[in-house]
Amino acid sequence: MSDRVLRVQDLAVHFKVREGGLLRPKTQVLKAVNGVSFDLNAGETLGIVGESGCGKSTLARALLALIKPSRGRVLWMGEDLNKLEVEALRKKRQDLQIVFQDPLAALNPRMTVRDIIAEPLWTFFPKIARVQVDERVRGVMKMVGLLPNQVNRYPHEFSGGQCQRIGIARALVLNPKLVICDEPVSALDVSIQAQIINLLKDLQKKLNLSLVFIAHDMSVVRHISDRVMVMYLGRAMENSCRDNLYKRPLHPYSSALIKAVPVPDPKLARAFVDTGLTGDMPSPLSPPDGCVFHGRCPYSVKRCQLEVPALRRMENGDWVACHRAEELDLTIIAS
Amino acid sequence: MNTEATTVPLLEIKDLDVGFDTPEGEVHAVNCLNVSINAGDALAIVGESGSGKTQTVMAVMGLLAENGHAKGQALFKGEDLLQMSTSELNRHRGREIAMIFQDPMTSLNPYMRIDKQMIEVVRHHQGLNKTEARAHAVEMLRAVRIPDPERRIRQYPHEFSGGMRQRVMVAMGLLCEPDLLIADEPTTALDVTVQAQISHLMSALRQKSNTAIILITHDLGVVAGLCERVLVMYAGEAVECGSVDQIYYDPKHPYTQGLLASVPRMDQPEEEGLNSIPGNPPNLLALPEGCRFRDRCPKAHEACKEKPPMQLDEQRHAWRCFLGDSA
Repeated sequence: MSDRVLRVQDLAVHFKVREGGLLRPKTQVLKAVNGVSFDLNAGETLGIVGESGCGKSTLARALLALIKPSRGRVLWMGEDLNKLEVEALRKKRQDLQIVFQDPLAALNPRMTVRDIIAEPLWTFFPKIARVQVDERVRGVMKMVGLLPNQVNRYPHEFSGGQCQRIGIARALVLNPKLVICDEPVSALDVSIQAQIINLLKDLQKKLNLSLVFIAHDMSVVRHISDRVMVMYLGRAMENSCRDNLYKRPLHPYSSALIKAVPVPDPKLARAFVDTGLTGDMPSPLSPPDGCVFHGRCPYSVKRCQLEVPALRRMENGDWVACHRAEELDLTIIAS
Repeated sequence: MNTEATTVPLLEIKDLDVGFDTPEGEVHAVNCLNVSINAGDALAIVGESGSGKTQTVMAVMGLLAENGHAKGQALFKGEDLLQMSTSELNRHRGREIAMIFQDPMTSLNPYMRIDKQMIEVVRHHQGLNKTEARAHAVEMLRAVRIPDPERRIRQYPHEFSGGMRQRVMVAMGLLCEPDLLIADEPTTALDVTVQAQISHLMSALRQKSNTAIILITHDLGVVAGLCERVLVMYAGEAVECGSVDQIYYDPKHPYTQGLLASVPRMDQPEEEGLNSIPGNPPNLLALPEGCRFRDRCPKAHEACKEKPPMQLDEQRHAWRCFLGDSA
């Protein structure tokens, strides 16, 4: 497609982990991201969902070339980010921005809001006039719903939701084309969560941004994504169009994640919903053979223990990594 | 609220005020709170951060920070917990009232194996010897479905995953089969799948041992399946209290309505945009006159400059607002 901005091919990030005693250390390989591929179009949102430890944040960092991948490519506008020279990559980063999970920890407590938001401008345009910076800072502050007269305040004077708005303003100040949001709302109260999600949605429409939205909660992602990728132990389990995923997920893990979301309705909630999930996620240091999910999957058969399912394309254009995708009907029964 | 129940409530909080002295002045964390819970019941306290839900139970447990002070009464089986000395409190805490904290990593001692931390509690409160105490602890771990409890009990907290650690906390809370278990955001730090497991576990254990539960959370989704009564707090005040069905199907206070609307729902068709409550909670150092929710309320009107009364209907549903008259 012509409007594709980001293409990720077979991306893998492996870390070496030292285990054991001082005298006889044992080096193991932790495969945080293991062969992930997807495309992202201009103005589109990809949601990435999975439990903690599934590699979502590592993937986010690899997309921005903050971590060198062990394998695979990240193509931004057709260019491999990891093949660029340092200076060229730095220039490219104007287009690629990130919003972090913990809004307070991501802001320097000793800088004023103006300095925090203006910092990217000074970095990329050292000769820019002060008046211009002020104008731009006030402009983005208004855009994200902050009062421009708060420019001289410090992060601790703001609530969690407002700090997240500052983080978003900083990400937008350079007019990026892609913003990666790494769990931007999971540290916020529900009522504030909705404010931030709506804000991101509006901004995306206005600025034609591409978004990668990472979360551990299926319900949050649903409201902002066009496509959703479900990750488990470093692998993509499913990558589907939003409406297909929530109506009829293809992978048993996606279905379990959807069913696990608590419903704010006493009558429905009292009826016991079995997610079909048992146990915890295995250690990423020693992932199971075959399908990484087979130990917790209620539909697991012999083949799942032996053979790693490839991520394959279904007829409707959705992607799934499950041997039994065709025979299973995981339709979510609407209540 | 004002319950004319026939039984004596297990815990009755009367006119509770909690304040903190800070260099900027007094912070009013909780104002004139009244709530009660009967034996074996489950009550949820819901509200945004800073609404005073945690400080309410901290006051009850005698765990307020040094600059904090509580007024009013917290009658546990008729005895006022707020008037007790530390040693008197210690006869109740752990044995009759247990608490589970939000972050399992910071509330377990990282230097101690799980067995030592658990056995300590049992020996102190139930006077069991070491072997008996260990057997009891292993049994509790099995009850919260930790696989291979005999081996896992010898491990340190860091060797457990987040969900496992929270299960250890639940097991520790239930060790002495308390009459009241206070759980402060027990599932907030956990993944949804684990969240669901812990919720099921708590309600199963509650039925088994008839333990009353106070669940503190900001997420109305978690409450629906677990509790019978809900208390909604805003800026240190109770704004609505009723049964789960009343709160979810017939919320009276605009804040409760807003909270419910902002939960992203999976059981309803996707709409354009989520509902949110505009603005931010008020500063507890400078609370507005009249209704505290006024600035964020879509239904605010002239009368809201006065303090709204607590309205109560015949079904024990109470709310603090001029609107939604039960008549």
